[in-house]
Amino acid sequence: MAVLVYTENWDGSFKKLSFELVSYGAGLASMLGKPLVVLSIGNVASSELEKLGKYGARKILSLSDPALQVFDSQAYAEAIAQVATREQAEVIVLSNNNTGKAIAPRLSVKLKAGLGAGVSKLPLSTNPFVVYKRSFSGNAFAHVEIKTPVKIITLAQNSFGLVENPGAPSIETISVPVDPALVKTTVTEAQKQTGKLLLTDAEIVVSGGRGMKSPDNWGPLVELAELLGGATACSRPVSDEGWRPHEEHTGQTGKIIAPNLYIAVGISGATQHLAGVSSSKVIVAINTDKDAPIFEAAQYGIVGDAMKVLPKLVEAVKEIKHK
Amino acid sequence: MKILVCISNVPDTTTRVRFVENNKKLDTNGIQWVINPWDELSLTRALELKDDPANGIQTVAVAHVGPASAEPTIRKALAIGADEAFRVNAEPGDAYFVAAQLAEVVKANPFDIIFCGIESSDYNNSAVGGMLAEFLGIPSVSSVSSISIRDGKPVLTREVDGGKETVSVPVPFVAIVQKGIAKEPRIASMRGIMTARTKPIKVLEPAATEPLTAVQEFELPPARKKCTFVDPENPKQLIELLQNEAKVL
Repeated sequence: MAVLVYTENWDGSFKKLSFELVSYGAGLASMLGKPLVVLSIGNVASSELEKLGKYGARKILSLSDPALQVFDSQAYAEAIAQVATREQAEVIVLSNNNTGKAIAPRLSVKLKAGLGAGVSKLPLSTNPFVVYKRSFSGNAFAHVEIKTPVKIITLAQNSFGLVENPGAPSIETISVPVDPALVKTTVTEAQKQTGKLLLTDAEIVVSGGRGMKSPDNWGPLVELAELLGGATACSRPVSDEGWRPHEEHTGQTGKIIAPNLYIAVGISGATQHLAGVSSSKVIVAINTDKDAPIFEAAQYGIVGDAMKVLPKLVEAVKEIKHK
Repeated sequence: MKILVCISNVPDTTTRVRFVENNKKLDTNGIQWVINPWDELSLTRALELKDDPANGIQTVAVAHVGPASAEPTIRKALAIGADEAFRVNAEPGDAYFVAAQLAEVVKANPFDIIFCGIESSDYNNSAVGGMLAEFLGIPSVSSVSSISIRDGKPVLTREVDGGKETVSVPVPFVAIVQKGIAKEPRIASMRGIMTARTKPIKVLEPAATEPLTAVQEFELPPARKKCTFVDPENPKQLIELLQNEAKVL
């Protein structure tokens, strides 16, 4: 019996979410008193795989197969199911990102294993096995019992954090038979944002709403995000207007994020927006309307015009950075 | 080609949810029920595809797993423009149960493209679409933000972390759709509302399946601390609070 974690890589490199998954898997394995097995798919150098050891990975399985070069959820679910069976996995952990959402449900049916999706804590109990997950789009949390012998968890990004537990892992190259006929997806074009921090991975996010007034006013907001080492985001009206790209839209129908610090600039804080950001640890709101609902969610607030406040904030951050 | 859109019946997304029976059940008092937002966008896109005869879409149907109380939501889908509806007469136990029921619908009534929303706004599991595809043994494309038909073949855009991809996949398949698939949900016309009254809703009895998970209880998020206001003339104070009090910088 084991806890199996699937870690995704981007062209052979791991991102924060990979390390967070391993941290979670290590925590879960110690809770269950079972070993942790980490699975990586694709060509990843051993020096990169070894980085997972810092977060508690001691046994890493590295799988590469021509059938898994294109991401096809059917083929990936088949490969992971075979590894899970081989390792007698009791719990399988994936990210609740695009990839995890594509694979986990298929894996659930394949293994007849109950799925707890968007989990943000270690299980509340292991017998019965009860997970804690977001529900009603962040307006509530549910305690969900998974009743099957094998369980699948998808971990909400940035919900658990990184836990260091350094050690040298063993790396085993494995292969499992994946029928190439399962791969039905053909990718004809790929657009990548290389080197850019993933919005869902970012610890600090500076986000703008309609209060930014025009797409030309984004300079100081972007500068603030850069100075803080964070990512930029926006509200739905802003992406609908085309002021900012759709990938930046955070909210119920956009990206769901949970950074340590979320700075909402000129965002009124409609329920649908809060649904995407309410798991942020600290929310700062800057808005001209002191009655805007965003101030109910915010821990710190400034009532003022974004155009006047932002440049001053940028100066303040620069000053502190100089010290 | 025939399209099926799977729809979930959810509380209006602006609802302030409350729970009853020791937090085991949603308090449905005063709740407005709506088509799950992503399902509504899927239906809109399916109808847009059907509007262009060159795409060769004959039928857009909807399917729902739920009790008779969900029929107003199904009628709304018919009023928006779906041609027919299937309702599996059962409480939607969990995602696995729902997907198993939908799979039976599709096995008895084949479709080429099956749309599912990326998640329902109540349980947020992002599960039914992928499970349905696995039950049927057909491909699924997840996080789909656009779909069109070119030369009789579906072409999709899917979002991946850190980019997007244009993909094609043979029918039948499940498209698990997210934001971007359609700009605004289509609104029912008066004529649509009138004709929806006579469109068929086929009621099917559920297949024997057990849910694999069960909600034990719900809880509301912890109350946020009251907001501390900082003088707009002195944002430096904000930075200091973030550094020393909140310790996030």
